[in-house]
Amino acid sequence: MLAVFKREFKAYFANPLGFIVLAAYYFLLGYMFTMYYSMGAPTVEYVVLSISSILLIIVPVITMRLFSDERRQKTDQVLFTAPVKLINIVLGKYFAALSLYALGFAPTLVYQTIVATHVSVNWFYYIYAVIGVLLFGAALIAVGMFISALTESPIISIIFTLIVNVFIMLASSLASAITVPTADNWFKTVTAWLAQRLVDFLNGMDFVSVLESFGNQAFAVKDVVFFVSVAAAFIFLTERSLEKRRWS
Amino acid sequence: MIEVSHLSKRYGTYLAVKNVNFSIAKGEIVGFLGPNGAGKSTIMNILTGYLSLTQGKVTIDGFDIAENPEKAKRRIGYLPELPPLYVDMKVREYLNFVYDLKKVKFPKGPHIDEIMRLVRIDHVQNRLIKNLSKGYRQRVGFAQALIGNPDVLVLDEPTVGLDPQQIIEIRNLISKLGKNHTIILSSHILSEIQAVCDRIIIINHGEIIADDLQDNLSEKLSTDHSLVARVICDEKDMLTALKTVKDVKNVVLLGKKESGAYDFEIIPEEGADVRAGVSGRIAERKKQLLSLTSNRLTLEQIFLKLTQAIDNDEARRMLGIEETSDMEKAALEEDDEMSIEIIMESNEQEGEN
Repeated sequence: MLAVFKREFKAYFANPLGFIVLAAYYFLLGYMFTMYYSMGAPTVEYVVLSISSILLIIVPVITMRLFSDERRQKTDQVLFTAPVKLINIVLGKYFAALSLYALGFAPTLVYQTIVATHVSVNWFYYIYAVIGVLLFGAALIAVGMFISALTESPIISIIFTLIVNVFIMLASSLASAITVPTADNWFKTVTAWLAQRLVDFLNGMDFVSVLESFGNQAFAVKDVVFFVSVAAAFIFLTERSLEKRRWS
Repeated sequence: MIEVSHLSKRYGTYLAVKNVNFSIAKGEIVGFLGPNGAGKSTIMNILTGYLSLTQGKVTIDGFDIAENPEKAKRRIGYLPELPPLYVDMKVREYLNFVYDLKKVKFPKGPHIDEIMRLVRIDHVQNRLIKNLSKGYRQRVGFAQALIGNPDVLVLDEPTVGLDPQQIIEIRNLISKLGKNHTIILSSHILSEIQAVCDRIIIINHGEIIADDLQDNLSEKLSTDHSLVARVICDEKDMLTALKTVKDVKNVVLLGKKESGAYDFEIIPEEGADVRAGVSGRIAERKKQLLSLTSNRLTLEQIFLKLTQAIDNDEARRMLGIEETSDMEKAALEEDDEMSIEIIMESNEQEGEN
């Protein structure tokens, strides 16, 4: 697992991709920090949570070539014929992507330190927000990695992941746009039931609201469990889809 | 070392490998020979655990590739058709990665140095793989397979796309490695198999149609023990002169091949050696013999003959390796006649050429 992790993490910086991703992060976080700071509200936890919609675009860039490129270049042959369990290869790649994602938030630690020199700050709120944004990324990267394992082309991978992520971004507004009819005849009963299921599904897809609750400054186990279980489910699905490919 | 029994592989509805059986002893160098799409790569991918098998059993050194994949894979070094290289890495960096990935126990630096020296890539160790030529990439791929010093090497078309100089180098390397490794090599380049392998497995349409030592194969297929003599002479006199040599059944004039020289095909009686008689007779007549060659099949001819057979059953019959019940024997005899016709046809074509 460590070998795959190291290679994969280095590979981000073997071409401009890793640098572009980090530059995008640093620019956006720096911009948001300057905004909040100049408004006289230097709460770094809000800075951390402010770029969620941009993250939905950055994550597909991080995950697009995780498995698709290996398959296209046939380099997966060296991985899958090595005496290593498939899940360890998947985890190695997954944590490499997650590390790049996490590295993007490194400057917020500097911001927090700067703010702490002249205002009293609550470090717990900051750390909780960082944990939230990392878990958010953990779930999104697992989804992106799964999509990358389904295709042979990084382009298809990034486009499909973007579509999923845009859907996640819009889930809450779509859910509120649906009016559930009142059930007074059998037809309306059926449509009401269907509409309700759709609203439930869209609310379930609403990663962004879950992330925002990490700014509520109150620890909620259910939010942590939500992201962790999404991540675990998609890591498992990635492993299964790679295994399935051996059989078809 | 390698045991394969009743191996089948299905891609959707397409049966790529059909009930393949073979076993390879420690230290053997075995060549997989077959036209493109015959199933060579599929079998190799299954042996190395890259693909799963649909049916059957594969064991490497006693470890089942499906049930105990890690132990089995540890014993195999695999060089796929396209070397699995990360082009954005440097040679040494890549080999370090493979070393870590395979969890090798040997001391890292010396082990990698030794392999790089063996395949002669030590002078490019700090170059990016994407800047290397095809020949060097192939050698890096070779080095990758050798890391961890596995007992079994599986090499899928190791010399494809290389220049003649590189082909000879790689071939020498394979021969050198063959002294203490079990090697499976695939190729559609026949001279390569001929040069390196002791034993040949011919695969066509996903089935094994021949599995034997090289010499036995050409003997079994050669129903034809005729000789071709090229003599500077007058054709009619020589034809009658050769016909009267002891044990010669028939002589056919093949035509004028060089100025003043004619080719004669000399067909001897079953099992007779007429070479001395023929050259003696030519000398008696004070004519110059330019060449005397056997029509014994080369590996190339065997290969073409087998893979161009109407189906695999017929190819097996040519080799006489099909086990058949008494019921089928009568039907088979007819088919035998047919295959003899095919052999004759192919000889005629060679004659024309």
